[in-house]
Amino acid sequence: MTGEKTEFKWVGTRAIRPDGHDKVTGRAKFGSDFALPGMLQGRVLRSPHAHARIRSIDTSAAEALPGVKGVITSADFADQSSELAAAGEALVNYRDMVRNVMAREKALYDGHAVAAVAATSAEIAEAALELISVDYEVLDHVIDVDLAMEPGAPILDEELEPAGMEASGPTNIAKRVDFDLGDVEEGFAKAEVVLERSYTTAAVHQGYIEPHAAVASVSEDGQAQIWCCTQGQFMVRAYTARLCGMETSQIRVTPSEIGGGFGGKTVVYLEPLATALSRKTGRPVKMIMSREEVFRASGPTSAGSMTYRIGATRDGVITAFEGTIRLEAGAFPGSPVQPACMCAVAPYDIKNVRLTGYDVVVNRPKVAAYRAPGAPISAFGAESIIDELAKELGFDPLQLRLKNAAKQGTKAAYGPTFRRIGFEETVEEAVASEHYSAPLGPNQGRGVASGFWFNIGGESAATVNITEDGTAVVVSGNPDIGGSRASLALMAAEELGIDYSKVRPIVGDTSSVGYNFLTGGSRVTFATGLAVVEAARDAVRQLCERAAKIWEVESDGVIWRDGHAVPASSNVGDFEPLSLADIAGQSPKTGGPICGHNAQNVQGAGPGFATHICDVEVDPETGRVTILRYTAVQDVGRAIHPSYVEGQIQGGAVQGIGWALNEEYIYNERGQLENPGFLDYRIPVASDLPMIETVVVEVPNDRHPYGVRGVGEVPIVPPMAAVANAIENATGVRMEHLPMSPPRLLAALDAARLPEAAE
Amino acid sequence: MQSVQFEAPGTVEQAVALLAGATGDARVLAGGTDLLVQLRSHLVDPALVVDIKHIEETRTLVRNADGSYTIGSAVAGAEAHENAQFVADWPGVMEAWDLIGSTQIQGRASLGGNLCNASPAADSVPAMIVAGMTANIAGPGGRRSVPVGEVPVAPGRTSLANGEFVVSFTLPARPAGGGDAYLRLIPRTEMDIAVVGCGVALVLDGGGTVTSARVSLGAVAPTVLLVEDAARAIIGTTLDDDALAALDAACQAACSPINDKRGTIVYRTQVAGVLARRAARIAAERAGSR
Ligand SMILES: Cc1cc2nc3c(=O)[nH]c(=O)nc-3n(C[C@H](O)[C@H](O)[C@H](O)COP(=O)(O)OP(=O)(O)OC[C@H]3O[C@@H](n4cnc5c(N)ncnc54)[C@H](O)[C@@H]3O)c2cc1C
Repeated sequence: MTGEKTEFKWVGTRAIRPDGHDKVTGRAKFGSDFALPGMLQGRVLRSPHAHARIRSIDTSAAEALPGVKGVITSADFADQSSELAAAGEALVNYRDMVRNVMAREKALYDGHAVAAVAATSAEIAEAALELISVDYEVLDHVIDVDLAMEPGAPILDEELEPAGMEASGPTNIAKRVDFDLGDVEEGFAKAEVVLERSYTTAAVHQGYIEPHAAVASVSEDGQAQIWCCTQGQFMVRAYTARLCGMETSQIRVTPSEIGGGFGGKTVVYLEPLATALSRKTGRPVKMIMSREEVFRASGPTSAGSMTYRIGATRDGVITAFEGTIRLEAGAFPGSPVQPACMCAVAPYDIKNVRLTGYDVVVNRPKVAAYRAPGAPISAFGAESIIDELAKELGFDPLQLRLKNAAKQGTKAAYGPTFRRIGFEETVEEAVASEHYSAPLGPNQGRGVASGFWFNIGGESAATVNITEDGTAVVVSGNPDIGGSRASLALMAAEELGIDYSKVRPIVGDTSSVGYNFLTGGSRVTFATGLAVVEAARDAVRQLCERAAKIWEVESDGVIWRDGHAVPASSNVGDFEPLSLADIAGQSPKTGGPICGHNAQNVQGAGPGFATHICDVEVDPETGRVTILRYTAVQDVGRAIHPSYVEGQIQGGAVQGIGWALNEEYIYNERGQLENPGFLDYRIPVASDLPMIETVVVEVPNDRHPYGVRGVGEVPIVPPMAAVANAIENATGVRMEHLPMSPPRLLAALDAARLPEAAE
Repeated sequence: MQSVQFEAPGTVEQAVALLAGATGDARVLAGGTDLLVQLRSHLVDPALVVDIKHIEETRTLVRNADGSYTIGSAVAGAEAHENAQFVADWPGVMEAWDLIGSTQIQGRASLGGNLCNASPAADSVPAMIVAGMTANIAGPGGRRSVPVGEVPVAPGRTSLANGEFVVSFTLPARPAGGGDAYLRLIPRTEMDIAVVGCGVALVLDGGGTVTSARVSLGAVAPTVLLVEDAARAIIGTTLDDDALAALDAACQAACSPINDKRGTIVYRTQVAGVLARRAARIAAERAGSR
């Protein structure tokens, strides 16, 4: 691994994405675009109860309806034992998963699947759902994380045994995690200023435009094919094989183009159901979620509640940080509380840190990953309390961050010692930006916040096939969500020394490329990119060997330069350079096809840091917040395709702004979701936002040949605190609960005005 | 879902006959931006849909000799925009109509549909009410005209009898010294339903005193309200701080909203007063500048 390459021909250019034409012309196939002859339509019956025991299910009337070909319930899936099994890098509990895709003993949230029907038309399938009678015993439910931890709270799973702690009886706490660095008591003893605050964040949905969709076809010989919209075809294969009791090699999963995922498509919902229905009916089965189903039954990220204490000396050194973070897991254990704890204060060099986290089950859909899972939640509180600390100490908030910034050699509270990182650079760029010193008007305020995300590597496999006319096909196995095909093609073009337009990248199905861990963790451009670089280098090695054969010289006498084989030195002989096309054309005579391969479990992901600046205007009479200006500074390592790097940064910032201002789930007293649609689940619309300005900092990751870090997640970490800090700066009112929607902010403004009025 | 009979008659009489003769639920289709959404989400299940857009009278917007307007019930917002005189005369009506949906929705959304959908949050309705618009209705018994405020009677329900539909609206000539305005509050900037809406139309004399006024509130009660106490609070004043405070208080007193996913009782009530003050100021500015 070099990391030394700094001169590029293709990397860093804004090439047109290979999937662009198909997407703008509508030719691209998304999940719901697949169809097969004889295909049935599948629909899911969902629980109307937030918490209910399922006494019995009678499907006979539905089965008797003409046009209905099959009905499934949990009885069609074998039970799974409770153990954490490795699925690629992820650990999953198949006992929970089989219950999440189809409720067994209990329905655990409004929208939980209880049965599914396949019929000759969607209308018949929907009519059949109404003929299924489920005998429910409705139970008390609990949705709020703090209430779920209280003694006497309704218990979701009587058998739940918490990890990392003792429990005296049934509990909703699934796990406790602890992180300790230094000695916090000593740290607080040194502090001259100590603040303690509590914060909460609302559960939010990833809000991808494309609803979940899958077509499954199981043939008479037991072979299955699945076409679906997912972040990981290998994940779908593994989970479906396990839940349906099939062998992995017998299932072939082809991912469609994907209309957003943001982590929400790293799990299965429909695929095992469609497969089970197809197996039962002998026909292909298509299943699509409605938007309402997406909201009621697919993963939000956790709501969180946290209490923090921070101590510092008057000269601005943070001496201790202590906190407890409680995250909702949804119906089954597995909130991102661990990364939440690990990321909370990771941008800072704090010698004494103690963080405790609780993973708590509640009656809502099992959470799924959402961009930097957990980090935005813990950072909202951490970056808010640091802002208050700066005010208390009379420090500029960015200068306080600089003073305490983590750098190369800093030991992070979550364990590792940082290699070369670019956090300080992001803060310095923010300080130096024109934005940071621009004037503000009345009712306007400015806030800043920073954020951290690990980024990951993981298993990647790629093939670079040299075609007979001297072009190249790059086959990798990660659904392209953010423009990764363009980045992979740029890297292949860079290595091969051929024009970007001569490289065609495709996303392979599970049977045509080696295993790839899913698209997530900001890993694709880094890890799969590394596999593509290595595969291209493998192809180049072969090309050099072929040239050596043609020239009848030793293979180490040939090197690759600007897309040509050339003699390594004049000693080798005097040969005209051979282009890639020349060598490819002669490949049948020199040994056959030229295919570069690489497969590895990639290590060495470079952590990402970001610092954001947000200007708001607050309407003091209505509590409405307008985002006036927003700048996101981020260390990306190396921007392979700058437009898609900027796009990731802008998208993350926008999603964070939505999380800050208006997004929340609204439940009625029975625990039913009242806003399962984009009308009342308010993600920002384009006219809500200014153009998000980006400042790309490039501190190369020395574990990647081009320095790539990963960019997709850290931009969602700072926004909520940046907005809250800006609102505080504009109004003097500190918002400690999300979302900071107009009614809540107006209530807070009024509460702050009351004492004034009384004077 | 039953199968739907779809008709697109060319005359008012044919439309009335179809609607009156329907055996099951019959629905008028104007722009369809409410109706199609409701059909797709199974909120309505009509036996008959009558598209009124092939009837000339529903599709034309004309300025009459006396300065009043006749506005076809199915004219789309984007079409109204093309009539510069209309936009200049009734900026409040136009801005309310403009707020409905996005550019795509604007190509279809009609005043007839907005009124007859009978949502208490319908944006154009407060503006229509304060402008003094009447709805011209055709039915089996002939034609009649009523103030627009009398058409919606409850959320989703109108006073239209079986076989009746709104053919057009009459908008009076703009009075000398008149100005109108509409404001709504939504958490975002578009694609949302009004948490509160407020229309104000008023007339100023040469000295800037309000000689007549109408104030209407949306989304704070089961139907859009015409708040007479609010009008009284500003008539005879120059919209000084005391008058605006009285307007604010009268609007708050008129509110009887609910707590729902779009807003709380407290919030809606408070904001109704704020929007009324702001809309009154804008209407007065428009009146003064004429
Ligand atoms: C994305 C989106 C955004 C929207 N945003 C807003 C908004 O911001 N503010 C707002 O107020 N509304 C909004 N709406 C709702 C809708 O666009 C408006 O109410 C619009 O004015 C309806 O007009 P239409 O012509 O499309 O009505 P249609 O859908 O054709 O009809 C609506 C109802 O009125 C009945 N009807 C229609 N015309 C007549 C008539 N002449 N006589 C008798 N009955 C009739 C129909 O039978 C139906 O019940 C939005 C809708 C969508 C889809």
